[in-house]
Amino acid sequence: MTRLDVLDTDRCVGCQCCIFACARRNDDVSLSLACIKVRSAGGISRGFRVIVCRACEDPPCAKVCPEDALTLRKGGGVTLIPELCIGCGLCRQACIVGAIHWDSRINKPLICIHCGTCALHCPYGVLGLVRNDRPGALAAVPSRKASHDPG
Amino acid sequence: MIPGDPLANVLYVDLSRRSYRVERREDLFADDIGGAGAGIRLLDENCPVGADPLGPDNPIVLTVGALTGLFPLASKTVAMFKSPHTGNLGESHGGGRSAVAIRSAGLGAIVITGASSSPVWIAVHGHDVFFRDADTVWGMSSLFTVGRVIRDNEPGAGVRSIMRIGRAGEEMVSYACVTTETYRHFGRLGLGAVFGSKKLKALVVSGAEVIPTADPKAYKRTYKELFAATQSDVMRKYHDLGTAENVTPLNAIGGLPTRNLLSGRMPDTERISGEGLAAHYLGRRLACAHCPVGCIHIAALREPYTDDPYFYKTRMISYDYEPIFSLGTLLGINDPECYLRLMETVEALGLDCMSAGAVLAWATEAMEHGLITENDTDGVHLVWGEDAPYRAMVRGIVDGKNDFYLALRRGVAFAAQQYGGEDFALSFAGHEMAGYHTGPAAHLGFLFGARHSHCDNAGYSLDQTALMSGATVPLEEMARSLVAEERWRQVLSSLVVCFFARGIYKPEQTCAALASAGFDVAPADLDALGRRVYRAKYDFKLREGFDPAAVAYPDRIFATRSAAGLIDRAEFARAVSVMSAEVLAD
Ligand code: SF4
Ligand code: SF4
Ligand code: SF4
Ligand code: SF4
Repeated sequence: MTRLDVLDTDRCVGCQCCIFACARRNDDVSLSLACIKVRSAGGISRGFRVIVCRACEDPPCAKVCPEDALTLRKGGGVTLIPELCIGCGLCRQACIVGAIHWDSRINKPLICIHCGTCALHCPYGVLGLVRNDRPGALAAVPSRKASHDPG
Repeated sequence: MIPGDPLANVLYVDLSRRSYRVERREDLFADDIGGAGAGIRLLDENCPVGADPLGPDNPIVLTVGALTGLFPLASKTVAMFKSPHTGNLGESHGGGRSAVAIRSAGLGAIVITGASSSPVWIAVHGHDVFFRDADTVWGMSSLFTVGRVIRDNEPGAGVRSIMRIGRAGEEMVSYACVTTETYRHFGRLGLGAVFGSKKLKALVVSGAEVIPTADPKAYKRTYKELFAATQSDVMRKYHDLGTAENVTPLNAIGGLPTRNLLSGRMPDTERISGEGLAAHYLGRRLACAHCPVGCIHIAALREPYTDDPYFYKTRMISYDYEPIFSLGTLLGINDPECYLRLMETVEALGLDCMSAGAVLAWATEAMEHGLITENDTDGVHLVWGEDAPYRAMVRGIVDGKNDFYLALRRGVAFAAQQYGGEDFALSFAGHEMAGYHTGPAAHLGFLFGARHSHCDNAGYSLDQTALMSGATVPLEEMARSLVAEERWRQVLSSLVVCFFARGIYKPEQTCAALASAGFDVAPADLDALGRRVYRAKYDFKLREGFDPAAVAYPDRIFATRSAAGLIDRAEFARAVSVMSAEVLAD
């Protein structure tokens, strides 16, 4: 099972291509309707922070969900079952890296599915899919420039 | 266009009354797509004939276009205003996050009129506008600090744009710029002074509006093609070394303006070339919003404190071809650290680097000729290649120390009018030159560029093509090519895509991209759009008194061999008349 990983934020140029790519999966063109965000690390002269799901093995977001709308994803992270979600926002508070973003049109969280689309659109190798089926044996799956297929 | 597309929303802000409204202007955007096309119409509507560029009547118009936010490299905002520098059309393009932020705020254009009685910054969050007291940041010595304070006081981190002025803008230096996202600029023609005249310190924009598409499938298909093209060799030049890669080839052909254009060649440019800067100073790469190319190159300059050993400061300073030429070779500087220090001073105060460079270069030569003395400069002794006196002079300009410095505030043409040396004042129709002494086409382009920014025309590439083919291009043909290319660039700047992407956005791809944005156009329509926008700009220029027959240029361009050899004065004069007929045709 693979998951998305931030391989090297120091290479991030802040182009936002990953954000647009993530939103485009759902036919949206938007910087807000994405599961990934990029912010400057205190002014862009200091570079950037990439804010995206870390694929926790025992995810705090799922633990606080009162409706069991977040199920554990194999390989880390969670999967949202939208029908169960009541939009309470507790998951968002529980994620200390701020990786849960919000779709205000439907009042539900935007949760990373670790598909790797953003990584395919990162021209600088900041993002990549890694394999984590064996604990402690993360191996980068080459993805950069392998294809530009948004999948 | 797509019914209800937020692109057609125009935000009007009246600073005198501190009021605002949003109006639907489908009429503007449906025909003219946005950017320069919508911008020139908004300027024409909102700027009274003969308006004082530094008076409350002069509007600031900012526009984005149909492709903004949707496609890669559609990352520029077009600013239109009446220029305090030339007293005529002012157009300046800026990147950073400005364009995507305006579109994400659910807007296609912002028009700011009136003037505030006290320092203010405007925060636009979606369709809500806030007028914030800017007294605390007014007069701050460094623009870098201003950015930091505003960042701490506004929401929208990661998506917002902060367009701000430095002290040069506050003091209404006629070539003050507006800086966005620390390293990008609305550089030319004094937009910063127009901000300053309105006591407008900054404009912050953010939003979370979704941008509609007409056909998501077609959109994704076109996106995929265009994104792949951005990763191709076409863009490699900007990607690797950035525009600084021009230093070496331009120097090799003798087209690199050096020491106030006393020469077209600068010795020992290895360290200040794109290659040299990348090898020894490049510290970070940055990109504008939605731009995978990332052409912005930032140098890390590490310097010791002289009063305390083992204390260093490291500053992050941007470099590009134009500032390397204007604050480097044009001043005889080939030491990268001298250039970086001067660049930092110019950035911190918020001046257009090209106009500032030409002013300093003229002053150096004027001093050599005894036209000005240290009495005028308040003790500053300028020497080619030394940054400290230049930095002192830049500060003097912004401080407006005495009559001499007050004259320098108005650009090189004005200064030379007062003190002499007009033959070597590098002003073309009132505006300081860009970094190309490649041949007659470059200079014709400086004189007649519709945007008049001197960076908007194809002159130097025409010169280079002619140089490579070895054939002399007949003047009429040269004039026609210049105008034809500029008309096409009106299309690009209406979309609005970065000119660096012109190799990717050919008419066919542009039509496909526009179709997915809900604009049903054929290449012939684009051609008509280009003509219309070009014409509208010239109409505005003529309205404000531009006389194509009376454009002035310095003798220096005939005295110093260009890349294409010596330019013949009489021949060039003929070219000017051919060109003035061509720009006014149809
Ligand atoms: S917002 Fe939905 S997913 Fe999140 S905690 Fe509440 S119910 Fe669960
Ligand atoms: S959303 Fe946050 S808490 Fe949940 S799995 Fe991802 S990183 Fe962990
Ligand atoms: S992995 Fe997929 S869902 Fe997660 S941020 Fe990237 S594109 Fe979005
Ligand atoms: S695509 Fe890559 S370089 Fe661009 S913002 Fe995202 S992580 Fe940074």
